[in-house]
Amino acid sequence: MSTTRTTTRTLWVSLRAVVAFTVITGVLYTAVVTGIGQLALPSQANGSLIRDDEGEVVGSSLIGQPFVDADGEPLPAYFQPRPSAAGDGYDGGASSGSNYGPESPELVAAIEERRAQVADLEGIAVEDVPADAVTASASGLDPHISPEYAAIQVDRVAEERGLAASVVEDLVAAHTTVPPAGIGGSPVVNVVELNVALDGLAG
Amino acid sequence: MDATASAWLSGGLSLLTVLVALALVHRPLGDFLAHTYTSKRDLRVERGLYRVIGVDSSSEQTWQAYARAILGFSVVGMLAVYMLQRLQTVLPYSLDLPAVPEVLSFNTAASFTTNTNWQSYSPDVTLGYTVQLAGLVVQNFVSAAVGMAVAVALVRGLAYRRSGTIGNFWVDLTRGTIRVLLPISLLGALVLLAGGVIQNFAGFQDVGTLAGLTQVLPGGPVASQEAIRLIGTNGGGFFNANSAHPFENPAAWTNVLQILLLLLIPSAMPRMFGTMVGDSRQGYAIVAVMGALFLAIWAAAMAFEIGGAGTAPQLAGAAMEGKEARFGIAGSVLFGIATTGTSTGAVNSMHDSYTALGGMMPLLNMMLGEVAPGGVGAGLYGILVLSIIAVFIAGLLVGRTPEYLGKKITATQIKLASLYILVTPALVLIGTALSFAIPAVREDVEGTSIWNPGVHGLTEVLYAFTSAANNNGSAFAGLTANTDWFNSALGVAMLLGRFLPIILVLALAGSFAAQDHVPATAGTLPTHRPLFVGLTVGVIILVTALTYFPVLALGPLAEGLVA
Repeated sequence: MSTTRTTTRTLWVSLRAVVAFTVITGVLYTAVVTGIGQLALPSQANGSLIRDDEGEVVGSSLIGQPFVDADGEPLPAYFQPRPSAAGDGYDGGASSGSNYGPESPELVAAIEERRAQVADLEGIAVEDVPADAVTASASGLDPHISPEYAAIQVDRVAEERGLAASVVEDLVAAHTTVPPAGIGGSPVVNVVELNVALDGLAG
Repeated sequence: MDATASAWLSGGLSLLTVLVALALVHRPLGDFLAHTYTSKRDLRVERGLYRVIGVDSSSEQTWQAYARAILGFSVVGMLAVYMLQRLQTVLPYSLDLPAVPEVLSFNTAASFTTNTNWQSYSPDVTLGYTVQLAGLVVQNFVSAAVGMAVAVALVRGLAYRRSGTIGNFWVDLTRGTIRVLLPISLLGALVLLAGGVIQNFAGFQDVGTLAGLTQVLPGGPVASQEAIRLIGTNGGGFFNANSAHPFENPAAWTNVLQILLLLLIPSAMPRMFGTMVGDSRQGYAIVAVMGALFLAIWAAAMAFEIGGAGTAPQLAGAAMEGKEARFGIAGSVLFGIATTGTSTGAVNSMHDSYTALGGMMPLLNMMLGEVAPGGVGAGLYGILVLSIIAVFIAGLLVGRTPEYLGKKITATQIKLASLYILVTPALVLIGTALSFAIPAVREDVEGTSIWNPGVHGLTEVLYAFTSAANNNGSAFAGLTANTDWFNSALGVAMLLGRFLPIILVLALAGSFAAQDHVPATAGTLPTHRPLFVGLTVGVIILVTALTYFPVLALGPLAEGLVA
């Protein structure tokens, strides 16, 4: 009898505790962070959105985009991002890596094919294609590429747009982030911001 | 500088940054934790909470009452998460998503209540904002506070003399949440926000891209969840890609911050322990054990990933499949080892795509019992149990009755500690074995769940049970775990892997608290010297190696050595 009473009382106390902590740590805490974020850091809180001249959102500087035509062929006037395993590629509603293992035949075949494609597009030898150009990122939304992958794309983009290679190189440098002393990660070029800047030059 | 050297340099400096930051906060944070759990005074908001909950904060509980409170609170918490998912369609901000199916709801409720945060589902397309913040975020806070409370109860057991009680669970739960987790999370969330982690209720937004295509951009209250899921070593991502998603972890510096946040409390808990037992050297010895294991595992993982063995990494030129460019190999490996050395399980790279031996290191890190430095609370009580085993083995070697911090290690304590170290391996090995031994299950596992067939597939299943039973939550994520078998079996593994050890630890705490203090003699093994540190590291490795070597030989070792 007393055991039943103790158990009932424990559950009753537990229920009230769960409700109280739901209000404090679920609702109030989230509301405070949202409030401060929307008031003090609205750009970041809303996804670091990029807008065109008319104010239309064209993407986020944090989320990679495909730069391909309707048939999925790379648009040569744009810097190309990494392969993506998110949905059909850079699907912001389905972030994902490929999860292929190191001996996966599917992955080996995909890398072979991508290496040939990139080498063909950039007019270089397959051995000179950087690793990030042929591997899918963890999120499938990686907005960045390595400076090495950006470097082999400069001549093609410059030629397509009728620009001097040095102009494109300067733009690449302006959109390269180098973490101080390599702390936390690697140097990267933001492909989305770079391509926005390229389109800005034309206009 | 070639790629190998620059990766080691980047990794080494990242690690150094994290270690220096942790060292700087070690004493203040550890002492603050000790004060939090020993103070006689309640804050005003806490007094209000005790009135609402209906508990007397000045009373203490026996270990049985403490355990009963934890189980009651967790059962009700789990039911709440379950119901929120089942009722998703009537909740606000549900993004028009359907109710979550029963078995998946059970798995997710078990997962978040046990501080595991295993995700059988893809959050992007399964959970609306209300379930995330009112269900998952709440458990991120309170399940972490439960883990800390259990560790504190064990430390009290070691510090108390001739006591029938080990503290009050409701007070420990409340203080851990209100004084420790909430303020740090609030600060962490704001810094992450400044770095680009989103915090809104915008839902999915269609945008026209530069190339004239349509892209979906997700929204959500992410920063608030991000902070606590790291600080509380929970790990469940707002998005499927977890801390690899640029909206969760946008830059190299936020990556370092995230690693720091998930190691913060676990690495300070030994200081709390040292302060509470009145001998800070005891805490430093524990830190040394944790640090040695962490460094060894990290260095091995770095070497394997930078080496890039295996057909696909060799062909690509580096092991970059499943890694973000901004983190590179160094920023991915450090995160991967920190997340599996704690019970976090957040990932910023896909462990399934690591090299065979590189991917074995996060797995091994969990198999060590997650004590380098372990989950919030769980790491400390885990390593204290292993220290007790080490003291016992040392006692056998010299033929004396072993004692730890003035408490005798008798048959009772050894039985409890032995059961503790048997629980997780039993769950991992039995769960993995059943996945292949039951014909109907095997057909489903091989046909539906395993993504990479062959030995790598065995590793996917082994990783899943290791992660669940150790309450980690990371995955070899190619595995489709949203099946009846995995949702049920992993759900049970998470619950038993969490609450059986907790009950054993509380029983241990009760048995220590009841003892008087025995003065140290010439025959007492000092437990703050390098000899003891080395002995404990040896015991941890021995226990793990003997238990798991055979199954590792069938999975990652076979894959890595053949390639």
